[in-house]
Amino acid sequence: MSPRDLFGAALRGLSANKLRSLLTVLGVSIGVGAVIVLVAVGNGSGKAVQARLEAMGTNLLTVSTTGGGGGFLRGQAGPSAQQYSLTLQDAAAIADKRLAPDVAAVAPVMTSSGTATSGDTSYTVNQVIGTTPEYLPATNTPVENGRSFTQQDVDTSQRVILLGQTAATELFGRPARAVGQTIKLGAVDFAVLGVLASKDSTGFFDPNATVIVPITTLRATQAGYGALNQIVVQAADKDRVDAAQAEVTQLLTARHQVPTDQTSPYRITNSAQILQTSQDTAKTFTALLATVAAISLVVGGIGVTNIMLVTVTERTREIGIRKALGARRRTILGQFLIEATLLSLIGGAVGVVAALVITRFQLAGIQPVLVPSSIALALGVSAAVGLFFGSMPAHRAAGLRPIDALRHE
Amino acid sequence: MAADALIEIRDVTKTYGSGETAVHALRGVSVRVQAGEYVAVMGSSGSGKSTLMNILGCLDVPSRGEYWLDGSNVARLTEDQQALVRGRKIGFIFQSFNLIPRTTAIANVELPLTYAHLRHAERRRRAARALELVGLSDRAEHRPNELSGGQQQRVAIARALATGPRILLADEPTGNLDAHSTDEVLSMFDQLNADGRTVVVITHERDVAARARRLIQVSDGRIVADEVTR
Repeated sequence: MSPRDLFGAALRGLSANKLRSLLTVLGVSIGVGAVIVLVAVGNGSGKAVQARLEAMGTNLLTVSTTGGGGGFLRGQAGPSAQQYSLTLQDAAAIADKRLAPDVAAVAPVMTSSGTATSGDTSYTVNQVIGTTPEYLPATNTPVENGRSFTQQDVDTSQRVILLGQTAATELFGRPARAVGQTIKLGAVDFAVLGVLASKDSTGFFDPNATVIVPITTLRATQAGYGALNQIVVQAADKDRVDAAQAEVTQLLTARHQVPTDQTSPYRITNSAQILQTSQDTAKTFTALLATVAAISLVVGGIGVTNIMLVTVTERTREIGIRKALGARRRTILGQFLIEATLLSLIGGAVGVVAALVITRFQLAGIQPVLVPSSIALALGVSAAVGLFFGSMPAHRAAGLRPIDALRHE
Repeated sequence: MAADALIEIRDVTKTYGSGETAVHALRGVSVRVQAGEYVAVMGSSGSGKSTLMNILGCLDVPSRGEYWLDGSNVARLTEDQQALVRGRKIGFIFQSFNLIPRTTAIANVELPLTYAHLRHAERRRRAARALELVGLSDRAEHRPNELSGGQQQRVAIARALATGPRILLADEPTGNLDAHSTDEVLSMFDQLNADGRTVVVITHERDVAARARRLIQVSDGRIVADEVTR
């Protein structure tokens, strides 16, 4: 029997009970559709996180101190903590091209908090960042209105300020109106130089709620002359992040004379690593969703088995006739296997189309991103489901003895 | 065995079940049928004639004994080889027509040709000729439920003839037909036999059996009479 004949016989078999075939197809298409859609949702959320992290700057290292490494254990907390404090000199050393050739830009960071007022309006700023102009390009924070402050502003401790979107909106209604105004931060007047572009949140902090001032100004007016909170380091290249991290570590260890047997008192957060971690998380999330979807695919497959068993029972007599007319075992097997596979393949195709439509819309706030391989996989699996779940009923049909099948009423 | 015997069964028994509940459908039957014969097998219900028909048609295998069909020992063949023999050498005609539902008359006739691996065009040609032979060319695209009982049985005869088998095996072929259709079908058998086809008809109707040239009577699993009637 040629493939075409087998196909025709299978199609006739399926069309004999259209509603039943349709429901079985529906079961498979839900399974296949669920796999594609849920994988796309997982992928989409991973992509969204990645985009946010990349907006933060991928070749970024954030150096902070953990306080004193093993120092606490030896009862040297005080001196150790001070000994390991990050200083402006550290930042200057890291910025030195001869000492750290893979570093492109360095920005020391001190943070504080305070209340900003403009006329009658006041706004509590959670994060007042004192830094240098390098901070903005390094952290991928462009100025939208107005301009940034300059190194000269830093050197001369100018009382100038950059406002985040939220801060500007709260104080002046519209961000654009903030430029050129004067606000009070604590008791000190600051001239608003610019407003930062809006940024997606990467964590607990709303990056739009921050304000940025020259680090020297912050020290003079708000935070005093304590240690730096962070040093933000931008590697020269995406591929040189690890090298830059090693150089920074070495430099700080040498400068602060950290004993070699001690765990490093410095924590260097690598944005590439964070990206990696969140990508791993997204992968786990996607795998979890895919597993749930795969279960529905298996349920759809069991539906195929069920329907094929019913079909074989119903058509036992037909099988008998076919055998009496010379159909061999494998011909009958082929006919029912093709029927089962067609059922699940049609279901797979419907599921793919449905998934293509559904993934065009946002689901639970996530824009799904199709994974092409998941479509191929889902289709392949649906064909395999047909073969696997159809083989039991098909074998049962093929194994019928012609005389028993013919007697069947 | 004689070279000219188309069918020869020797001392065939068929037992269903075992022990106390065993049913002996055939208790040692030997028959020889030459090519070109027209044989009727008669017997009452439960006499074993249907079992005999199933064994002759390779639908069932004997418990003991030999079955030689056209020179080969059928009982020793594998399941698939038996399917091949059924497809090539035997044309079946059943009481309940046994056409495949929802399938056109011509597609039904084509079916055994499909299983014999003929090409599509050749199948169409042969099926159309077989339908012409039974006078149903104009019903080729009709489905079984659109045909009368007599027409369905004629489609079944066309299907049985399509592969050009040596033997036509008919099991109560007129059991579900009215007098007119019965006459039509039996005339067709007469004609086929006159053309040299071997015909074996299983029946319990005396007037159907009377059309044959040889009458075998079966009772309680044994042949009780075997005579040439005309």
